[in-house]
Amino acid sequence: MSYVLQTRNLVKKFAGFVVTAGVNLNVAAGARHALIGPNGAGKTTLINLLTGFLEPTSGAVLLNGQDVTRTAQHQRVKLGLARTFQINRLFADMTVLESVTLAVCEQRGIGAHFWRPVAAHSEAIDDAAALLARLRLLEEAHVQTRDLAYGKQRMVEIALALAARPSVLLLDEPAAGVPTAESRELLETIAQLPSDVSIVLIEHDMDLVFRFADRISVLVSGAILTEGEPKAIADDPRVQEVYLGEAGHG
Amino acid sequence: MTTLPLHRVEAGPLHTKLLRHAPELAFWLIPIAAYFIFPSDLALLSQIAITALFVLSLDLILGYAGIVSLGHAAFFGIGAYSAGLLAKYGWGDPTLGLAVACLVAGVLGFISSFLVLRGADLTRLMVTLGVAFMLYELANKLTSITGGLDGLQGIEVTPLFGLFAFDMFGKTAYIYSVGVLFLLFWGARHLVRSPFGLSLQGIRQNVYRMPALGTPVHARLVAVYTVGAAYAGIAGALLTQTTQFVSIDVLSFSRSAGLLLILVLGGAGCLYGAMLGAIVFMTVQHLLSGLNPTYWQFWLGLLLIFVVLFARDGIIGALRALSAQAAKVKR
Repeated sequence: MSYVLQTRNLVKKFAGFVVTAGVNLNVAAGARHALIGPNGAGKTTLINLLTGFLEPTSGAVLLNGQDVTRTAQHQRVKLGLARTFQINRLFADMTVLESVTLAVCEQRGIGAHFWRPVAAHSEAIDDAAALLARLRLLEEAHVQTRDLAYGKQRMVEIALALAARPSVLLLDEPAAGVPTAESRELLETIAQLPSDVSIVLIEHDMDLVFRFADRISVLVSGAILTEGEPKAIADDPRVQEVYLGEAGHG
Repeated sequence: MTTLPLHRVEAGPLHTKLLRHAPELAFWLIPIAAYFIFPSDLALLSQIAITALFVLSLDLILGYAGIVSLGHAAFFGIGAYSAGLLAKYGWGDPTLGLAVACLVAGVLGFISSFLVLRGADLTRLMVTLGVAFMLYELANKLTSITGGLDGLQGIEVTPLFGLFAFDMFGKTAYIYSVGVLFLLFWGARHLVRSPFGLSLQGIRQNVYRMPALGTPVHARLVAVYTVGAAYAGIAGALLTQTTQFVSIDVLSFSRSAGLLLILVLGGAGCLYGAMLGAIVFMTVQHLLSGLNPTYWQFWLGLLLIFVVLFARDGIIGALRALSAQAAKVKR
């Protein structure tokens, strides 16, 4: 089996405190891989290590077989690794179309072109508009990001990541804070993402995880407790103890 | 999927296009009209054009890219001295002076960008301030080269393009300054509307997102800081060439601080805001200092506080709000 994203004995310590304790993660090509675990298990730290926002204390990150442990964030994006953020990181004063066009320009490698106006780069704008159509954001194309409903802002988060045309997409709690009424559309969108994009999903919503994932890794105290198919994970008593039991009460 | 243009469609009859550019055309009529209305104030008008270019250079790095600076006079000053020394020692051609000043200031901007961009806002303020202080004291100390506090004298600028001598009425100086301002404004206008310009706005609005889009943030900031420095250097060279003198004041803290003030007054993040700020500030300064030579800064301070508190985004913001109101009333 070919893996698109792997970690080898990944360790991250903050001032001696071990947050990531020797993680070996293997994400298969085309996978719908969920990463679950209780609060403070180190999920977001792991994402930050994968994307290069943080440098690991030791261990390695492999993207499509290539060692990217010391590769800068923006270069990993060029190599096909994109992410969304748990807390929106958007461009408040840009319209939705402008934001996504900005991302498309970077993907097309014209982000540093400094003479021809953006408005004249119709191929980039077409790409952006097509992406907005796919995510049902076209009606909001000319709305300023700050004026969007929260659920729509979460969609823009995803649009910005997809604009990079990733082969591996990391979704960090995409439905966090979205009211149930709006979350259905969001979940549908995620489910419809093209199958050649491998997806790693971090999520608290167990419904979503079990509906979406074909493989689940359970992260506890910075280490992978167990990994397997959703059914096996659901039946694992250790998982029920540390995670599902807790969630069941909530 | 049909194309959704970022701005209104380009196509259409010519008159709508002209109408769309009407505010811009109107703006550029100001320097032309001023030439005929105030023929005896051309020296002041040249100063305004040069200041406008200097403010434009800060707008690129602060208004668009969000890099705060309290030491932008460093580049203005190094450009001023470069052009001055060049002209003093026999290379008095004005365009050569501009080119060299642009290059020297650009190189200094490029090198210092690596220091400036290391930190966050407060660090940047301190580093830019520090660089400017160091240059000021260097100019102060190296009197044999710079003339120190007495200023650099003996500058002889040859006629522009070998044809137009710098006359005592300041006609050539004025047309030259406005011409250079217009050309560099035109370049900056392209820059801010390009994908590069959009990415600068992205960096200002959410710097943490940009690497996740694949943007090399540091490289972009180095590039714009270098361009901003080069622009400031050209502005400094213009001042030298039009006044045939370099005062050490070109490197002073008050020049950097005043520059920031003008930009905020006019409206950062808008090229016309920067230039309007220069026009209003310099005019008000001229009038107030004529009325009350000792205490005019009091009124300037009052104006600044008023603008910052009541007209967000400066003069240009106020103008936008007014025109939006007018459009509403018309409907």
